[in-house]
Amino acid sequence: MESDFINKTIERSSVQLCKADFESDQMVKWCPGCGSHAILNAVERVFPKIGYRKENFCMVSGIGCSSRFPYYVNTYGIHGIHGRAAAIGTGVKVANPKLSVWIATGDGDSLAIGGNHFIHIIRRNVDVNILLFNNQIYGLTKGQYSPTTPMGRVTKTSPMGTIEHPFNIGELVMGAEGTFFARVPDNNLNLLTEAMFEAAKHDGTAIIEVLQNCVIFADKAHNDITGKDTKDENMLILKNGDPMIFGKNKDKGLRLNGTKIEVVEIGKNGVTENDILVHDQYDQDPGIQLMLAKLAPPKFPMVFGVIRSAMFPTFDDLVEDQIKYAKETSKIKCVDDLLNSGETWEIK
Amino acid sequence: MTKKKRNVVERDSVVVKFVGDSGDGMQLSGNIFSDSAAVAGNDLATFPDFPAEIRAPQNTVPGVSGFQVHLGSKKIFTIGDLCDVIVAMNPASLKANLNWAKKGATLILDVDAFDEKSIEKAGYKSNPITDGSLNSYQVIPAPITSLTKGSLKEMDVDNKTAERSKNMFALGMLYFIFNRDLKQAISYFEIKFKKNPRLIDINTVVLKAGYAFADTIEAVESTISIPPAKMEKGKYRDINGNLATAWGLLAASEKSGRPLFLGSYPITPATDILVELAKWKSLGAKVFQAEDEIAGVCSAIGASFTGAMACTTTSGPGFSLKSEAIGLAVMTELPLIIVDVQRAGPSTGLPTKSEQSDLMQALYGRNGECPVIVIAASTPEDCFYYAFMAAKLSMEHMTPCIFLTDGTLGFGSALFKIPKMADLPPINPPLAKPNDPDYKPYRRDPETLVRQWAIPGTEGLRHRVGGLEKENIIGSVSTDPANHQLMVDLRAAKVEKVADFIPEQEIDGDKEGDLLVVSWGSTYGAVHIAVQQLKAEGKKISHAHFKYIMPLPKNTEKVLKGFKKIVVCELNSGQFVQYLKAKFPKDNYHQVNKVQGLPFTITELTEKFNQLLEEK
Repeated sequence: MESDFINKTIERSSVQLCKADFESDQMVKWCPGCGSHAILNAVERVFPKIGYRKENFCMVSGIGCSSRFPYYVNTYGIHGIHGRAAAIGTGVKVANPKLSVWIATGDGDSLAIGGNHFIHIIRRNVDVNILLFNNQIYGLTKGQYSPTTPMGRVTKTSPMGTIEHPFNIGELVMGAEGTFFARVPDNNLNLLTEAMFEAAKHDGTAIIEVLQNCVIFADKAHNDITGKDTKDENMLILKNGDPMIFGKNKDKGLRLNGTKIEVVEIGKNGVTENDILVHDQYDQDPGIQLMLAKLAPPKFPMVFGVIRSAMFPTFDDLVEDQIKYAKETSKIKCVDDLLNSGETWEIK
Repeated sequence: MTKKKRNVVERDSVVVKFVGDSGDGMQLSGNIFSDSAAVAGNDLATFPDFPAEIRAPQNTVPGVSGFQVHLGSKKIFTIGDLCDVIVAMNPASLKANLNWAKKGATLILDVDAFDEKSIEKAGYKSNPITDGSLNSYQVIPAPITSLTKGSLKEMDVDNKTAERSKNMFALGMLYFIFNRDLKQAISYFEIKFKKNPRLIDINTVVLKAGYAFADTIEAVESTISIPPAKMEKGKYRDINGNLATAWGLLAASEKSGRPLFLGSYPITPATDILVELAKWKSLGAKVFQAEDEIAGVCSAIGASFTGAMACTTTSGPGFSLKSEAIGLAVMTELPLIIVDVQRAGPSTGLPTKSEQSDLMQALYGRNGECPVIVIAASTPEDCFYYAFMAAKLSMEHMTPCIFLTDGTLGFGSALFKIPKMADLPPINPPLAKPNDPDYKPYRRDPETLVRQWAIPGTEGLRHRVGGLEKENIIGSVSTDPANHQLMVDLRAAKVEKVADFIPEQEIDGDKEGDLLVVSWGSTYGAVHIAVQQLKAEGKKISHAHFKYIMPLPKNTEKVLKGFKKIVVCELNSGQFVQYLKAKFPKDNYHQVNKVQGLPFTITELTEKFNQLLEEK
C-alpha cells in the first residue's frame, strides 16, 4: 500500500501511528462472532496506514448495530439518529474539509429510513467513506427484514416469506451517479483493508458494501457466496488491470458477448485469457461496472473488490472553490459592508 | 383639460395598498413608492400580500396580489388595519380588498380592466364603478391600460411590454397625489434596468404620463402631504424580517469567529433566508440546500460538531420534521440555531398566511425531556438583533436555540437604522484548549453548566458524542438510572441558567394597574398602539411584550403580579397563556386569540381591552 495517493488537503501525522492509537477504551458490545468485529479490526489497521493525524479522522453513524462503531474507535465521532448519518456526515465534511470522514451504517439505516440521504450524498459526491454493513436484516430490533433481504426469506415480520424485491446496493449506488463502489466479505481482512484504503484514496463518496454476518438473526446469509466451500466458484475478486478470472483452478472468466457478460472456461472452445474482460475500475462510464455489480450466482460469480472508482469533482471541493472565488471578487468583505450596501439614506 | 389648483391636505399617517393580478407588478410599484417615502423622511411599514400560487388564473380573486404600505410623520408600528388609498388594477383585486378600505377611502381603478368578462370573473353581478355600490368612497376612474399604451405609441413598444408597464402609470398617479418627486422612481429604474436602457425610457414615459394624468383630472380634488417623521439621526435602509434574520446570523458568525453553516430546505415563508445567505459566500457562509428538512438540520448538527455556527431555517411543517434531530442536538449539547418562520397550520395550512401556533412545538415538541432556548422577534428590524442573540445564546450555552418569527415579520418591511458591527455585543463560545489534560466531553462550567466545544482536528481532545445518554463528565454511554436523572436535570438547569444572561422583562407603562396586556412576536405593533390609545384615555393599562420565552426573564412573576387582570394576546388558540399559567398559576388570566391567518387589528384589541376593563 502506498500512501502517496492520499488526499493532500488533510494533514498527515508526523509520527508513524499504529493500531493501538485508534483502539478505544470502550467495551465492544457486538455479539461474539458478529462480522462487525472484523470491520472494526480492519478500520483500526487501515487508519495508521492512511497516515493522517489521528485528530483528523471523524467517525459518523446513524442507528443500528453498525452505528455503535464511533464509540469503538478512538477518533472524533458522532453517533447520530436513525438513517441520518449521510446527512450529518455531509455537514461535517462540508464544514471542515480537512477531516477524513468515515460513516458506519447498515442496510436498514442507509437503504430504508435513510434512503433519501444515501442517494443524495452519492449524487453530490461528498468526499466521505461509507462502510455499509449489509447483513440483510434488522439486528438491533431483533430480526425484521430489511431492503436487502432476499425475496422470500422468512423473518419475524415476514412469517410467510418477504414479498419485497431487494436492492442491489451496487446498482443503487451507480444509479445515484456514484463514483466509488467496492464490495467485500467480512471474512477477508486483507480485502477489507485494501478496499478501505482505496476508498480513502478516492476523492468523492466511497461506498464499501461489506457482506457482514449477523450470527443471531441472519446467520450464514452470505454463506452461499463467501463460505469456505463456495467462495472459489462464487466469488470473483477484481483487481484493476487484471483479467476477471475465478474458479478453484483459475480456469473460468468473464467475457463480453455482444452487450452481455458470460462465463467462459479458459482453454475450452478456443477461449484464451486474451478473451477475458480486463477490469478498469477508473472507467468513468459505469456501463461494464454496473453489469459486474449485478452479477450473482447461480449463473455468475458475485464480484468483489473495487468495482468502480471514477474521478469526478467533489461537492466539498466545489464549495471551497466558490467561496474562494467569491472572497476574491466580491466587494462585500465584511458584515459592515453588507449592512451599508444597496439603497441607504441618511437622516440628519 | 386645464390644470386646476388643488388644496394640499397634511396627514400624519396614510395606508396605501396596491392590488392587481399576481403578474401586474404590484409589489414593484409598492416598493418604489415606499422607498421614495422613506427617502423623504417618513417612517413606514410594508407588507406584500400574495397568493400561494405563482400565477393563479387571471382576473380571479385567488390570483390577486397586493402590497400594503403604512407611512407617516410619526413612528409607524403596524402595516395599518384599514386603507386610505387602494389602487386596484382589475375587478377581482377590488373585490378582494374592498373590505380593507376605510369609509371614504380613495379608490384608483383601472376602468379599462372593468370589462364585462372580468367583472363576472371577479364574482360581481354588475359593474361596481357604475352601479352605485362604491358611492361611499372617493372613486378615481382611470383608463390606465389604454393611456399607458397611448403614452408609448411613438416608442414602438410591443403590446406585452406596454401592458406590463401599466403599474408605473398607477405609480405616477400616486406620485402626484402624494406630492413626491419623480426623480426617486427614475433613479430606481436606472439601477434596476441598467442592462436594458430601453426599459428605463419606457417606464419613465409611463410614470410621467400617470403623473400628468392625475394632475389634469377633476377627480383628484386635493393632494396629500406627509411631513417627515422625527426619526433618530443616522443611516437607514429598508429591511424585511427574513433579510434581517439572514444578516443577523451573518453578523453573529463574524462576531463569534465561527464560520456560518446553513443546512436548509426551501419552504414558504422561510425560503428567503436560505436564498439570501446563499449570496454571501464572500463572507464565508456555507449554504447547503439539503434533500429534505431532516437533512437540513442533520447537516447543521454535523457542522456544529466541527465547530461551525450551524443554522437551519424552516416553517411549521419542516419544523415538525426536524424534531428528532433537535433532540440529538440537545443530547449532544451542541449549538444549533433553528429559525421557524411560522405560518398558519396545522399541516400545510395557509402557507402564505401568518400565525403564532408553533410555540408549544418549539417548547415541547420533541421526545423525552428536551429543553431548548426559545426566543421570538417582534418587528422586521429586530429579527436582526434577535437572530444575532439566538446565535450568541446557542453558542455560549452549548444548546439549541429556536428563533421564532412568522410570515408577517418575514415578509413585512420596516426602516432599519444601520448598526455598526463594533456596537454589537461579543460572542464567546466555550472552546476547549488543545491538549487540555482535564478535558472531558461533559465536564461543565460550574456557573453556567455549559460543556466545552472540542473541535475535531484539535490535538488531544478526541471524543465521541451521540444520541445515547452519556455518563456525566466522562461522556461514555451510560444506562445508569441515577446518571440519567442527573443528566436530564443538568440539561434543564443549563437552559434555565440562560435567564442570568438575558435582560429583565420590561413593562411599557405603570408597574401596577387594572390590566396588563401580554404579547409576544409579531403582534407587537398592534398591541402597543391599542394599549397606547387606552392609556391616553386615562385607563390603568400596561403592556409587557415578551422576547425571551424559554427561559422567561427572571422578573416575570413580579411583572405579572401588579395587575388586577392579565390578558394574553396571541395569534393562536392560547399557547403562551397556557405556558404562563403552568409556570405562574393565577386566576386572573384572560386571553385574546385569533386564528385567521391575519394580524390583530387595533380596533378589535381596544374593544376586548375595554370589555375587560369594564367587567368587574
